[in-house]
Amino acid sequence: MSAALLIDILLWGSVLGVGLIAFRRGPTVFKASLREGAMDFINIVPRIALGVIGSGYIAAIIPQEVITGWLGPDSGWLGVASAVVAGAATPGGPVIGFSIGTVALKSGGGVPQVVAYVVAWALFAFQRVILWEIPFMPARFVWFRCAVSVPFPFVAAAIAMVIGKP
Amino acid sequence: MSEPSPNNPAPAEDAESEPRPGRVRKPIGWSTIIIAVLVAVSAVLVWRRDGTAGVLDILTHDLSLFSGILPRVLAGCLLGALISEILPHEKVSRSLGPKSGLMGLLIGTAFGAILPGGPFTAYPVASALLAVGADFGATIAMVVSWTLIGYGRAVAWEIPIMGTDFTLWRILISLPLPVLAGALGRFVYVRLYPQPIAKDDES
Repeated sequence: MSAALLIDILLWGSVLGVGLIAFRRGPTVFKASLREGAMDFINIVPRIALGVIGSGYIAAIIPQEVITGWLGPDSGWLGVASAVVAGAATPGGPVIGFSIGTVALKSGGGVPQVVAYVVAWALFAFQRVILWEIPFMPARFVWFRCAVSVPFPFVAAAIAMVIGKP
Repeated sequence: MSEPSPNNPAPAEDAESEPRPGRVRKPIGWSTIIIAVLVAVSAVLVWRRDGTAGVLDILTHDLSLFSGILPRVLAGCLLGALISEILPHEKVSRSLGPKSGLMGLLIGTAFGAILPGGPFTAYPVASALLAVGADFGATIAMVVSWTLIGYGRAVAWEIPIMGTDFTLWRILISLPLPVLAGALGRFVYVRLYPQPIAKDDES
């Protein structure tokens, strides 16, 4: 897939770029940060392994139809609220999240509700929060970040209602 | 209170040589345990429904996914470590710290929007920023910006699945959100965790 390749090129290009800057600061700085990064990697791998290898099972027992059901043609703010809950509860990666959004759009879900769903999924999808954000970041930050993000799917839905369809 | 800015501890050059604070790694936290339990329960449910073949199917699929992700996780960790090493701490806390104002939130937003890669980059780098002096507000702006207006996921997944029109329109709607989230975060943080310095500012 070319998009994945592009991301890899950008990613390793950035590593090379900052690595070069660190190297010019002196080999000690460079080596110290490489060691630090490697240690982070070693510490994080078991947790990522558990998450990535286990997430298939979590996705398998929460059928997509359940999530799509919450996103039905039920419009208005109640629909937005259930879309937000559905976004947070969606298991699996971006393919599942965006596919559910597409299905909801095609099966008559309201556009503000789908926007709320996609934004809520991006902000709180529980699997990403637990698997990626908490292992890498201080837990206190993660909970705080999630708590202050709660209003924003609603804000996005409100903007969508005001400016209309794409 | 005539001492010059007690909130700016002398930004000495030799501070760089000290061990970096704030990046403690807990070996196994409660979140790991929760996930382990969740995965175990789900796996048992899948096994009861689909038998051993179903369990192995998912396992092989996820193992190949994992091996594909692994190099990117390494890249993300290296990026985070290198960035926190080369960024001048005192400059970061000035431009992304609690006193950085709207500009700090805008810088955080811009940084999140241009950051390459996925969660394997965004979170290590955000963690590095926190460690070198960014406050919760600017870091929230960065994380929210990465997730809502970052191009990585939009190009790789959202545009192919949801279509260009919806994606661009959704990003347009999301544009103000990182700054607002960061501002709300900062507003709440100052009130939740008041610091002694805050008193001086109010008087």
